[in-house]
Parts: sequence; C-alpha cells; structure tokens
Amino acid sequence: MRGLSLLLFITVASDATTDLYVTGASLPPELEVSAAPAVTSPVASRYIPEEYGHPGIALARSAEEPAAPSTEDGESSSHHHHGGGGYKIVQWEWSYVQTPYIIASWLLVASVAKILFHFSQRFTTAVPESCMLILLGLVLGAVVLIASKKQPYQLDPGLFFLFLLPTIVGDAGYFMPARLFFDNLGAILMYAVVGTLWNAFCTGFCLYGVKMAGAIDEKVNAGLMDFLLFGALISAVDPVAVLAVFEEVHVNETLFIIVFGESLLNDAVTVVLYEVYISFVEVGPGNVYTADYFKGIASFLIVSIGGTLVGLIFAVILAFVTRFTKKVRIIEPLFVFLLVYLAYLTAELFSLSAILSMTFCGIGCNKYVEANISQKSRTTVKYTMKTLASIAETIIFIFLGISAVDKSKWAWDTGLVVSTLIFILVFRAVGVAGQTWFLNWFRLVPLEKIDQVMMSYGGLRGAVAFALVVLLDKEQVKAKDYFVATTIVVVFFTVMFQGLTIKPLVKWLKVPRSTNRKPTINEEIHEHAFDHILTAVEDIAGLNGYHHWRDKWEQFDKNYLSKLLLRKSVYHKSELWEAYQKINIRDAISVIDQGGNVLTSARLSLPSMASRTSFPEVTNVTNYLRENGSGVCLDLQVIDTVPGAKIEEELETHHVLAGNLYKPRRRYQSHYSRHFMTVGEKERQDREVFQRNMHNRLESFKSTRYKRHKKDRSQKKRKGSDAKEQDTSDKPRRNVSWQDKDPVVVPMAPEEDKHDPSEPDKYDDVGITFVARKAPETPKERPKSVSAALDVCQSPVAAPPSPTCGEKNLPWKSGMGSLPPCVSVEATKIIPIDLQQAWNQSISSLESLASPPAPPEPQHPRVSTLSRLGGPVRTPTKGKSGGGVCAASGSDTGSGQFRFPTGKEEEEEGTLSQQPQEMQPLMSSLRPPPPPATQSARKRRNPCVYLRSLVTVPPSGGGDPQSRRPTQL
Amino acid sequence: MGSRASSLLREEDIEEIKKQTGFSHSQITRLYSRFHSLDKGENGALSREDFQRIPELAINPLGDRIINAFFPEGEDQVNFRGFMRTLAHFRPVEDNEKNKDPTSGEPLNSRTNKLFFAFQLYDLDRDDKISRDELLQVLEKVDVEQKMSIRFLH
Repeated sequence: MRGLSLLLFITVASDATTDLYVTGASLPPELEVSAAPAVTSPVASRYIPEEYGHPGIALARSAEEPAAPSTEDGESSSHHHHGGGGYKIVQWEWSYVQTPYIIASWLLVASVAKILFHFSQRFTTAVPESCMLILLGLVLGAVVLIASKKQPYQLDPGLFFLFLLPTIVGDAGYFMPARLFFDNLGAILMYAVVGTLWNAFCTGFCLYGVKMAGAIDEKVNAGLMDFLLFGALISAVDPVAVLAVFEEVHVNETLFIIVFGESLLNDAVTVVLYEVYISFVEVGPGNVYTADYFKGIASFLIVSIGGTLVGLIFAVILAFVTRFTKKVRIIEPLFVFLLVYLAYLTAELFSLSAILSMTFCGIGCNKYVEANISQKSRTTVKYTMKTLASIAETIIFIFLGISAVDKSKWAWDTGLVVSTLIFILVFRAVGVAGQTWFLNWFRLVPLEKIDQVMMSYGGLRGAVAFALVVLLDKEQVKAKDYFVATTIVVVFFTVMFQGLTIKPLVKWLKVPRSTNRKPTINEEIHEHAFDHILTAVEDIAGLNGYHHWRDKWEQFDKNYLSKLLLRKSVYHKSELWEAYQKINIRDAISVIDQGGNVLTSARLSLPSMASRTSFPEVTNVTNYLRENGSGVCLDLQVIDTVPGAKIEEELETHHVLAGNLYKPRRRYQSHYSRHFMTVGEKERQDREVFQRNMHNRLESFKSTRYKRHKKDRSQKKRKGSDAKEQDTSDKPRRNVSWQDKDPVVVPMAPEEDKHDPSEPDKYDDVGITFVARKAPETPKERPKSVSAALDVCQSPVAAPPSPTCGEKNLPWKSGMGSLPPCVSVEATKIIPIDLQQAWNQSISSLESLASPPAPPEPQHPRVSTLSRLGGPVRTPTKGKSGGGVCAASGSDTGSGQFRFPTGKEEEEEGTLSQQPQEMQPLMSSLRPPPPPATQSARKRRNPCVYLRSLVTVPPSGGGDPQSRRPTQL
Repeated sequence: MGSRASSLLREEDIEEIKKQTGFSHSQITRLYSRFHSLDKGENGALSREDFQRIPELAINPLGDRIINAFFPEGEDQVNFRGFMRTLAHFRPVEDNEKNKDPTSGEPLNSRTNKLFFAFQLYDLDRDDKISRDELLQVLEKVDVEQKMSIRFLH
C-alpha cells in the first residue's frame, strides 16, 4: 500500500513537474538560477534544493519565480501579473510565500516519508530508516532527473553546516550522558584524534600509492596532497550516520558512547586537516615548508581547545541566564536553543570546531539548565530538540539520495572507488585494534574483541564527508568529481550496507545490548560510595588519576559552580527530592484508585456529569481513605519541620489544604497570557486528579443528601430554627437526626462527627442563620472561629478571645508577610495573595452591601478562600464565572479586583437554580438583608471542610472532633 | 626523593611484595616513596593521623572508612607490607592467574577478595555481618543527595 501511494505520488509529481517545466524551461534566467546551486552562497542556494522536495508545484513555480523579476514581461508566469488591469479578487502571491512555503512543504514531505516508513513494523526493524530515506531521495532525484534532464540540486554545504548539522549535534550534546562520556573520555579522544589521523594519513598515502601503481585511471588528476585531503575528509566517522544507525541497534552504552563520542570529537581533526590540506593544495606541494606542519599542529590545538572553550563559555552563560528566568518561564526553551546554537555559530565564526563547541556547550549546561528551568520547559526543550534533530536527519538523508542522482557532478572511477572502500574498512579495523590494544592497558574494563569489531564496523561515513567534498574548489582540486563520486559511494555503502547488516551482526556476535533499565537507588548509592572509595585510594596512593580529578571537579562544582549557576531554590533541592515528591503524590492517587476506582477519564473530563452521578461505593472510599490515608504523607514539607505535636498536626493540615485546595482555582484561570504560564506543572496535575476525586466524592455525598434534604425541607427548616434558638448546645441532637436521615454515611458516624456540625450548612441554610445572628453578638470571637474552622487545637467553645496557639504558630495567622518555616516556596507565594485579596475583597463586598456592623466573621480570609476554592465542587460550570474571576485576580497581576459578590451571584442565579429557591424563604424569614457574599461563603466553605477531613487523618483521634468544630455552631 | 625511598627498600622485600600483591617493581618503588612521604614519623609505619593528613581524604565522606580498612583489627600502625596488601585489592582483576604460584592461594585482587574487602568496609564492628545500622551509617556519609535517598530505604 505504501509502495502504491508512493508510486502514485511520484507519478503525479513527475507529471506536474514535466508539464510545468516545459513552460518554464524556455527562460534562460531560470537555468542560471537553478544551475548555481551551490557552493558559496548558502542562503541563495538553500532554497533551491528544497523546491525540489515538493516536485509538483514547488519546483516549477520556484523555477519561474527567480526569473520573474528579471523578465518583466512575465509571459509564462501568468499568475503574478500585479499590474494586470484593475483589482483582482484573488491574487496568486507565490513570490511572497515562496520561501517559507517551500521549506514547509519540504519538511512535510520528510515527515510524511517518516510516517510511511513506520507503517510496517517488520520492515522497519530490518531496514534502518536512514537507508529508506536515502532510497527515497534516490527515487525523488531520479524523477526530477527524468523530468528535467538535469539534476542541479544536491545537499548544500551551507544549509547542511549552518542549519541541519547544528540541530543534530545540539540534540546529541545536550542529551549526552555526561558521566558515561567523561568516563570514557580517554578512549573517545584517542579514537577521535589518533584514529582519525591514522585513517586520514593511511588512506591518503595508500590511495596515492595505488594511483602510482596505476590502478586508478589517469584521468583522476590528483597528487599526493589531493589524496591526503580526500583521505582527511573521507576518514572521519560521521555523527549523523552513527546516530541514525546506532540508535536503532541499541548496543551497550559504552560502545555507543565511544563510537558516537569519537564521531563528534573528530570534528576538530577533520576541520584542521581539511583546512591545512586545502591551503597546501592552494600553494602547491612544493611550497610547503616544515613550519607549515607545525602551524597545522598549532592550528589543531587552537581549533579543538578553542572550540571547547567557546562551548563551555556559552554553557556557563546559558546556565547563568536560566537562573533568572523564573518570571519568564515561557521563553526558557528559547534561551536553550539560542545559546546552544550561538555556541555553534560563534565557533564557526572564528573557524574553530563548531561541533566540539556545541557538544561541550550541551554537556556543560545540561545539569544546571535542567535544574533551573521548569518541568514544562524541560519537556519542551526535549521534544523540540528531538523533533528538529529528527527532521534534520531525515532531510540530510533524503538530500544525500537526491544528490547522488546528479550525474553531472561526479565522475566514476572504479579503481578509486574500490580502493577507497577497501582502505577505509581495513584501516579502520587496524586502527581500532591497535588503539584498543593500547587503551586496554589502562582501562579497568577492557574493550573486548566483539567491541572492537563493532567499533570498526560502526565507523560510518556520512553527510559531513559529502558536504566537505562538495565544498572543494574544482579549480584547485582537479579530481573533485571523482572524489564526489567516491564519497557518495562510500557514504552509501557505509550507511546502507553496513547499516543494514549491523543489526544481524550485533545479534550474531551477541554484542551486549543496552538495557533501558534505570539504576535503582540502591545501585546509585553504592556507585557513589565506590566513587568515593576509589578516590580515597587514589589519594592514599598519591595518584592523580581520573577519580581524583573527578572528585576535585565535583568539589569545585559544589562549592562554586552550582552556587553561581543554580537557582537558590533548586540548589538545595535535589533530584531525589523531586522524585520523593512525585512518589508521594502517586501514592496518594493510588490510594484513591484502590479505594474507590472512581478515577476514570470520563469523570475527569466531564466533571459536571460526575457531579450528578452518585457513587454507591463512596462510603467505602472515604472510609478507606481515612483509615489508610495516614500512611500517605501528602505533606511534602513535613520533613523540614520539627515542631511540637499539635502544631505539627496543624501545619500538616495547613499544607494539605494549601497544597490541595488552592489549585483548582487556578484551573479556571480564564485569562490568556503569552508571557506567563501557571506554575506547578506535573505536580499540579497530579494534585488536580487527586482533588477532582475528592470533589467528585463530595458531590456524591452532597447530591445524595441533597435529595433527601429536598424532601425534608420543611422539616429541616423547622430544625434550623430550632437549632438557631438552641445555639451550640443542640449539636448532638442535630447530629443524630442527620445520621438518621442519611444512611449512606452511617457507617462513618463516629468519624463523621467532627465535621458533622458544619455539614448541615451545606444543605440547610441554618448555618447562615447562625452566623448572621451570632456574629453581631460576639464580634470578638472572629479569630477564634476562624481558627476553629481551620482545625485549631482548642475547643472553640472554651476558647478565650485571645489568639489560640494555632494563631501564634500557624503561618497564615502570624501576619501575611512572614513565611512559615515549613511551607514550600510555592505555597507561600500563593497563599498570602489569596488571603489578602480574599480579605480585602470580602471586606469591600460587605461594605458595599451595607451589611450589619460586625458580620465580617464569616469573611475571614481563610474561610472565604476555602469557600472559593470549594466552589467548583458543587457545580463545576459555575467555576467559569466565580472561579475564573478569582483565579485571574489571584494570579500575578495583583490588581486585586475581586468581584466576589457578582461572581457568586451569577453563579447562584445561573447554575444553582434550586438552592436560591430554597434559601429565599428561609433567609427572608431570618434576616432582611443577607449578604450574598456571606451566604455563598458559608455554603461553599463546607465542601472544603469536608475535604480536609477526608484528606487529613487525625493521628491523635480522640480530642479532635471537639477542636474541629466550628465555633459558630 | 623517589630514589632515596626506594633505596631504603631492599630487593628481597620488593620481590616478596611483588609475589604477594602482584604489583610491578616500579609500582612498588613508587608506592614506597608515597608511603615514605606519608610517614611523617619516619618510623616505617603509618598511623591514622598520617592518613588523615592527606587533604583530599579529609573531605572525602568515606575517608575514615578507607583509613580504617588499612588497619588490622586492634592495631593503629600499618607498615609498608600491610599498606601494599590493602592497595592490592584495587588492582584490576587478572583472569590468567595460572602463571602465578598456585600454592599461594587466591591473589588479593581476585573477585572474591575484592568483595570481601568491600564487605569489610561496611562491616564496622567486624563481626562478619553487616547490620542495618552499619549499612546506613556508611551510606549516609556518602553525601547530601544520598542522604535524601537513604530516606527512601528506611
């Protein structure tokens, strides 16, 4: 099917191409433009190969376009007559969109090709993608060649070195496993420098020897310098090809890092050799003096070390910059891309080794950047880099295929091709064997024979060699065409033949594969321990070995670099710490899952529906949670605290509340900001899930009770008035009666007791009545009531007007500004804002409503915060109005326009149609102007109280119910 | 200094140590000069203080543990032979041990002996058992990050 579609595509494409080409072919300028694909101007030539990728329209149109400005008559290009008489309704603006359009289409073709290849699982496991892409390129190239009788396009060196290669190298460098890389740095450098030099010289000299012996045709007009130059560019192992092939093979990490590291680090050698030989060829072999060779060596040192330094400097800059991006999270990834790319360009600017620069920039910055940027940015960086690298790789291979079709660019000589192939294979193998033998003297884990075979066989040549050979100047290197042809053959042979056979070879030789298993924490600890032991032994033995220097580096990193480059908040927070948090959250979620199995995607996506459904199993879940919840430490900050038992418990409660309740408000953040994103990331999602569960459960409670409540409304009213008269003393009675009414909750009766009194508020309006009446009587009790609502340790009834212990110690009571010792940064950031705004807002709302003198009681910041937070519980749709406003004002703008009452009123009118009906008579009977804010705050507080009681498990049990009883009852 | 130190070492000693530990001649003389430079007391033996004087070892979280490994139980001095015996554990494993003297038993750098040495590093009270506390005690020294992870193991 794929073949068919491909064929179809090609047929259509070729038809279109031929048709349109004929029209455009008559224009001489077109030929000029397309025939200048080339060497020098990357920008101009960059688009030309790409037109090709969209053979149908793109090629023909673009072929005409450059011609259009010069040929003003524009006889063939009828579609852009701009001054063609009158206004045109539809204009053909191809010249306007041409460049981006071609690039986009080309990328699309490459991506679609990738999709097509991966249709067949069996096929892709056998054939590497790179092979298929080259084949596709060959086919596309052939189509155009047939269509246009000419193949002017090929992989453009400018495009390749400035755009395609950096994306791949940047990805490779940034995600390079640093530890593995540096552990094997000696071997990598050895292979990269010595191995490449060996290959280059041997291949060059031997080819010259073969030429002398007459096996290479006389037409190949090349001297020793030319062959050495060719040897230099053909000998370098190519990172693109190695990545493409090895990533599919999954050999063990050590083998991979050695081959891949070599392919990256040999860039300096290749660049220098190439430049040196080019200059030698330019001046002629006779004019090369001894000093020039030393200059070459000096140049090598400068190019390699300079490139590395440039990379490291940019790594430091990048890490330092990301330290301060807290407020502009959204552009964090951009910094990463830009600075890594700038490292490449800067090295290129000073003609240093750009690949080295970029690689070391990536390796160097990774640790700090990853720690500094947010989780979302990390994901963005990762995916974007992988996407870019993947598409660049695809394009490179397709272009390689296309380039190969261009007959005019290369000249075939069998002797040269065959001898080159033999030499590079032989010398690679010999070089690897010799170097490994040498290295194994020093390696703790020697490289086995199998490894050596794989390393020899994995020495793939690729696009770098091709780009370099295309860059050669035909005037100076007479045999350029022959070299191009040979390079193409070598690249195709290594990528296709070796790429195809490497997988069976790996299987056949039983090369140890890589495992995707992550080391356990135990392993990691012991590994660290062994590092320290080995360092200690090296110190004792007086060796300044690898471990010694690594230890020195780690000390330096810890003492200076990390302090400089890491954000203060992350500096004290390790990765394990994050893992710990994650595990905690996951535990919490799993507890819920096990208990109720209510976490279904349907309910999460359709909360409004969920709110209408009742869960029969909910009782069990709640009980389960309450019983086992203590095993789950939801409080991520609890480790930091060392407070007394009661305060600790309060703090824990606070954290749970802070951690779980303030979030949903943000979920309804309706405003769009290009510059800010919500914080909290994955963690928040986890909490969100957790929380929704809670809300769902609450919903079900409510709905079941609510129905009952409806039936017994009149009865309740009566009771409400009773209660109001009896004041706080009627708690037991109401408790009992409520239990009688609701069989679902009966099993939990003893535990339910503690928040029971507050619950009727939710269904009856009794609670509001109480508040309204009681507040004027005891205005001084306000702090006390708040503390009670927040699980303060003291019994509200017995509490004196003076601040409770909770008020003294709990963060949100001891002034907004001071940060509690144990609250996370996130929590402190958000909670005070909430409190302040909620407080201001509630005050103002009360003032505006001209309510009785002292009803601020229910509007204590915490309570109203809770109530707002709890809002979405009841009917999620209302969150759009109420919660959205809250969220917007609660976020960074700080303008503080809360519009609390309006939001609530809307919500009441809109979605809670039943409740106002119930309420109205009751309220009117009680007190003429019930402040809507108060009322809604009352109502909405309860779910939160309820939730809190679900989440927090009272460890001390007995005394709790008393202390949790809200004062107002 | 190396020459002076090695001159203090007699050839037959070197031969014996070579046989016992497998170090080469040059390695032995090199390590002897190191030993000598560590030996501030000039008495042919190292004390714990001598080891602790090494600045890098002072900041190594497991330094004490390593130092302890050099001292046989109940002793607080280690001579050059003991020093070399301990270091011999850190030589790479040699698979072709046939050419060695088969009667001398397992070489110090065999896997078994390496393992035993590592075990002893953890076995603080040398009762041939690693207790939970001992394990934690060693591992908790590793560093701050590890301290966190040890919480997982609890």
